[in-house]
Amino acid sequence: MTADKPLISLQNVNKHYGDYHALRSINLDIKQGEFFSLLGPSGCGKTTLLRTIAGFEDYDTGAVMISDRDMRGVPANKRPTNMVFQSYAIFPHLSVIENVAFGLRKSKMSKTDKMLAAEAALEMVGLKGYGHRAAHALSGGQRQRVALARALVLKPKVLLLDEPLSALDRKMREQMQVELIKLQREVGITFILVTHDQEEALVMSDRIAVMFEGEIAQCDDPEILYRKPNSKRVADFIGVMNFLPATVRKEGETYLATIAGLGETEITEAQCPGGVPLQNDNGGEATVGFRPETLTLLYEGQTATHREAPAVVDEVVYYGDMTYYDVRFEGVEKPVRISMRNIFGRDVLGVGTQVRVSWSPGALVVFDQSA
Amino acid sequence: MKSLKTYAVLYLIFLYAPIFLLPLFAFNSSTIIAFPLESFTTEWFTQLLTLSEMHGALLNSLKIAVTSAVLATTLGIFAAMAVSRYSFPGQKGIMGFIMLPLVLPEIIVAVSLLIVILRMGFDTGAWSVIAGHTLICTPFAIAILQSAFAALDPSLEEAAYDLGETPASTFRLVTLPLVMPGIISALLISFTISMDEFIIAFFLTGAEPTLPVYLFSMLRFPKLLPAVMALGTILVVLSILLITIAEFFRRRGAKRTGNDTGGFL
Repeated sequence: MTADKPLISLQNVNKHYGDYHALRSINLDIKQGEFFSLLGPSGCGKTTLLRTIAGFEDYDTGAVMISDRDMRGVPANKRPTNMVFQSYAIFPHLSVIENVAFGLRKSKMSKTDKMLAAEAALEMVGLKGYGHRAAHALSGGQRQRVALARALVLKPKVLLLDEPLSALDRKMREQMQVELIKLQREVGITFILVTHDQEEALVMSDRIAVMFEGEIAQCDDPEILYRKPNSKRVADFIGVMNFLPATVRKEGETYLATIAGLGETEITEAQCPGGVPLQNDNGGEATVGFRPETLTLLYEGQTATHREAPAVVDEVVYYGDMTYYDVRFEGVEKPVRISMRNIFGRDVLGVGTQVRVSWSPGALVVFDQSA
Repeated sequence: MKSLKTYAVLYLIFLYAPIFLLPLFAFNSSTIIAFPLESFTTEWFTQLLTLSEMHGALLNSLKIAVTSAVLATTLGIFAAMAVSRYSFPGQKGIMGFIMLPLVLPEIIVAVSLLIVILRMGFDTGAWSVIAGHTLICTPFAIAILQSAFAALDPSLEEAAYDLGETPASTFRLVTLPLVMPGIISALLISFTISMDEFIIAFFLTGAEPTLPVYLFSMLRFPKLLPAVMALGTILVVLSILLITIAEFFRRRGAKRTGNDTGGFL
C-alpha cells in the first residue's frame, strides 16, 4: 500500500430505499491506519454507509473499493472488514474465548494457535483470564471489549464500529474512547466509527465526515471542522456555535461586516467558507458564527485585546470547572453563549449584571444567510 | 379480596378435581366408578398389559404424534424465520391464513379433509391423521417459534456472517442453538396436541385407531372402564413428567442465553 493511495475509496455511491434517497453521491477516500468517523444525526445515512462498506447493504450506483478492489458482489463474509455492532452481538451461548475464536473457525491455523491468538486478542483489550467466562455474564463494557477482540483477532484491513459506545454510561464511555484510540494506534488498523456524538467524534478521530440527509456535508480533521465549519448546519452540529445576523459590504479591497450588537469589523475571505456573502455590489445579508470560548467576560480593570461590547447576563449555567453565561448584546434579542473557565478567587456573576464582553474579529466565521 | 381467593380455589377445584379422580378409581377394586371406594388394587394396571389392541393404538398415536410434531415444528421454523427476518408483500394475509386453524372448528377441518381424501380416491390411515394434525399443530409451533426468533438479535446472525461464516453455517452455529429452547417447546406442544386430539383422528384414522379413538370405543364396555382410568392415570403422570423435563431444559437454556424465549410454564 503506497502512502498516497487510499485504502478505502467510495466513488459516487448512491442508494435508494424505495423513493428514499439514503446515500447521495458519496465520495470518500480513507487512508490506511486512519481513525475515521462518520458523524451525523440519526437517519442521516451514516450507518447505511458503514453497512455498505461492510457488505450488508447493496448500493444502486457507484463503487466501493477496498485496497483497489471493487467490492461490488463481494459478500460481507468475504470482505477484509470486520464489524463491532451497536448491540455488540456477543454470542450468548458461547464462552468468551469461543466468541473471540469464532472467526478463526475456518482458518488453517492449528487449534493451539487459534487459542493462543484468541488469548492474545483478549489480553490486548484488557480481558486477560476472562476466556472461560460465560458471555452473557459480562458487563456492557466487557461485552464491548469481547466484540473488539473478536473482530481484531482476524486482523482485518478495516474495523467498522457502529455506535460502539452509545450503550455505555458516561464514565465508561470516556474511558473506552481513550482505550480505543490507544488500541487503534497499537494495531495500526483503519477504524471507521459511526457516531451521533460530536464530542466523541472530535476526541477520537483523525478525520470526520459530517453527514446530513444522505450527503457528506464536510469532511475534515476535527480542528478544522470545529474552527472552520463550511456551513451553518455543520457549525451548529459540532459543538456550540453562536449566530448573529450581519450585513457585509465591500469597500475597495476590504470587506466590512456590521454585526448586530457587536458593530463593524473587517473580515477576510478566509473567514467565509462559502465565499464572501455579497448578493450584489453594495453588500449582502450574512450570519456570523462564533464559538463560546472565543468570547470573554471582562472583569473590572481588564481590557479587551481586540474589541469589546456591552451586554447583560441573561442566564448562568454553573458546571464546576466552567460557567456558561448567556448574555444579551445591546439591541439583540437572541442570547449569546459565553464559556468561562472558573478561576479561584473570581466570583461567578449573577443574572442581570451589566458586563463588557471581549471578542476577536478573527474568530468569526461568516456564512451566507441561507447556508 | 377474600371472595377473589375463594373464587380462585373453586376454579382450581373445577379444573383439577376430575383429574384427581382418575388415580382414585384406577386403584379402586370395584368395577363400578362410584363412591364409596372399595379396596386398593393394581389389577387394572396389569389388565392393561393384556389389551393388545390398546397397545396397537398407543403405538399408532406415538408414531402420529412424533411425525406431526416434527413436521409442524419444521414448517413452523421456516414460517417464523420468514416473518421475523423478512418483510414481503401479503405477509400479514399469509400469516393470517396459516394461523387460522387455531380458531377453525376441528370438525370442519376433519370433515373437509375426509371428503377431499375420499374424493381423490385415497384411503384414510395414519398418514391422513398426520396431515390433519400437522395442520392444527403448525400454528401453535409458529406462535412459540415466532417469539423465540423475535427475541434473537438479528445482528448476532450478521456478526457470524461478518466473521466469515456462510448463511448455512451461521444458521447451524448461531441461530439454531439460540432458538433451540423454542424448538423443543414447539415439538412438545405439538406432540401433546396430536397425542390427545380426537375429532380429526376419529374421522381420518381408518382401520387403525389412535389412543383417544380407541379409548372412546372402550367406553361402551363398562367392564373395561377401570382400565381406562388406569391408562388415564399413566398418561397424566407421563404428561406432567414430560412438561417438567421440557421446562427444566427450557429454563436452563434461557438462563444460559440470558433471555427467556417462548415456553408455556
